[in-house]
Amino acid sequence: MTATIAEYRSHRELLSNLTLRELRSKYKRSVLGWAWSTINPVVYMVVYTVVFKYFMHVKIEPKVPPPSGLNVYALFLLCAMLPFSYFQNSVLGSLTSLTSNSNLIKKTYFPRELLPASTVIANLVSHAIEMSLLLVALLAFGDWRALVYLPLTLVFMLLLAVFALGLGLALSALNVYFRDIEHFVGILFLVWFFMTPIVYSFDTLGSAAKPWVVDLLKVNPMTDATLCFRNTLYNGTLPGWLEFGYFAAFAIGSFFVGRAIFNRLEGGLAEEL
Amino acid sequence: MTVDRDVAVEANQVSKKFKLIHERNQSIKAAIMRGRRTISEDFWALRDVSFQVHRGETFGLIGENGSGKSTMLKCLTRILRPTQGSVSVEGKVSALLELGAGFHPELSGRENVFLNGAILGLSQKELRSRFDEIVDFAGIGQFIDEPVKNYSSGMYVRLGFSVAINVDPDVLFVDEVLAVGDEAFQRKCNEKFAELRRAGKTIVLVSHGMAGVQNLCDRVAWFSHGQLIQLGNPREVIEAYTGTVQSDRQVDQQGHNRWGSGEGRITDVRFVDEAGDRTTRVRSGESATLRLDYEMSAPIERPVFGIAISTLEGFNVTGPNSRDAGCVPQALDGTGHVDITFDPVLLLPGSYDLTVSLHDYTCLHPYDFRQNVLRFDVDRGPIGENVGVVSLAPKWRIDDPVTD
Repeated sequence: MTATIAEYRSHRELLSNLTLRELRSKYKRSVLGWAWSTINPVVYMVVYTVVFKYFMHVKIEPKVPPPSGLNVYALFLLCAMLPFSYFQNSVLGSLTSLTSNSNLIKKTYFPRELLPASTVIANLVSHAIEMSLLLVALLAFGDWRALVYLPLTLVFMLLLAVFALGLGLALSALNVYFRDIEHFVGILFLVWFFMTPIVYSFDTLGSAAKPWVVDLLKVNPMTDATLCFRNTLYNGTLPGWLEFGYFAAFAIGSFFVGRAIFNRLEGGLAEEL
Repeated sequence: MTVDRDVAVEANQVSKKFKLIHERNQSIKAAIMRGRRTISEDFWALRDVSFQVHRGETFGLIGENGSGKSTMLKCLTRILRPTQGSVSVEGKVSALLELGAGFHPELSGRENVFLNGAILGLSQKELRSRFDEIVDFAGIGQFIDEPVKNYSSGMYVRLGFSVAINVDPDVLFVDEVLAVGDEAFQRKCNEKFAELRRAGKTIVLVSHGMAGVQNLCDRVAWFSHGQLIQLGNPREVIEAYTGTVQSDRQVDQQGHNRWGSGEGRITDVRFVDEAGDRTTRVRSGESATLRLDYEMSAPIERPVFGIAISTLEGFNVTGPNSRDAGCVPQALDGTGHVDITFDPVLLLPGSYDLTVSLHDYTCLHPYDFRQNVLRFDVDRGPIGENVGVVSLAPKWRIDDPVTD
């Protein structure tokens, strides 16, 4: 573990350069530039709120208002949706980070791992901006507890980044060999999004849904991640140890497995691309 | 193996296998259906290659296209991983494989310098202190804040070269990129290389320009079909290499452009030694004899033989004929030969094409004209010059004030 961190540290300048490249090139030649990274989740928030709350009249918020006293569906949604879309963007972005930088891989040498890593970090930067805006909104609605639990939220964000990196490492290397993965993972994330209690609450679902659906949701580590985020941000409570433990174990486990897969496939990348 | 100096680069029994792919299944469906990912054939681009490059040495890799020298370079720079064997490189490495390879077209020159420098292993601090030097060297000037996609191709490679060369590497790998930019930039590059050599840096380069290799390198390795054929003194290795290439050439030069009325024909063209046997030895500053065999089907009055020697780019170096030399027989019939002796050969080392002709006395009617019938190499000999294509055999005199 310490060796891994030391390795990343030794390449931190290159990593920060690649991250900057990612950030700079993302919104080059667009008028709104960085604003796009916040416009996206806001539009999603509006769409989901309108569809579920006003078209379908679905009662999806928790029955009992949380200790924070909040009862705003839009915030309820954002507290889970922002982390999930960060996760999704990071995985999908790092997935193509090797194939879209084939020129760099074929003509220069540097640890290739830095390409998915820089994508995850670049996304983390825009995610942090979104989360700060969310925090401001939560405070405006009187949820001062979100500020108290902020250190914990930061830990969750870091764990989510590690989770995304693990998945991104494995999938990016595999995608060099099988380009299907790109398309497959896109669909997978659509299913994954709805199999995670983001637009609805896990508690209200419990009574309505079939038991196997609930079981599936329980297996999904993103459920636990979502519960963690929603607890510290929206509810203003500590997450359960079980949820936190499951999420953390999955994140760290995925990092080491993903890295092992990446290291195995790394040698052949320049030839395959 | 004696290690009397420090070893900077070592290749230890390196082999590299590529798959020549006949059918590629880049989808999971196809891979599962066929039970394998590709139908392929193994191709060994490198076979059991070992060598050491000493610290401070300039080391050349030569060979024909596909001989494995570029694969070797990619293994040394860790872009490719050898199938068997190992490589080790001591110290900070920089590689000039493709200039500006890491540039992002939308980013400015400045941003790309920092990015590319970081890829090559420079710290931000080092980059900041060398930034002006890098931009000056590339001659980019005020364009440094423009996106590099707006650069001319010359500016693009100059900036790439400038970053790579200013990394101040211990070991520099160069793949045939010395010919960048205009003449002024070339001169700057050569000065930079000389500076690196003086500073005791190790340079490993791949090149097809034999004159450059011979001038720059301390040792040369010759690759052919993935194997290391010969390693050693540049002159000997290059001579051995050009020797084999030359004998290959004559064959595929047969039957190129030929015209004429055909009453008389030039049947063979070759260099001959004193005994009259075919030879390929032509050395700058030594004598050489070119022999043209002819065959006349009818007596030809006052025939004129001519030859022309041109560079591979088609520039005519010289084009003498027998009439201008005042050597015109009354008539020729049957078979025989004409000898043209150069004593000495004033051509400088390089490859040349030879055209031969047989005309009537007016030089307007061709009996036989054979264009580029022979490609030959002039090897290094007593004439030590290397600029241009010919020597004017100058005599130098410098009075030495000490002995006077």
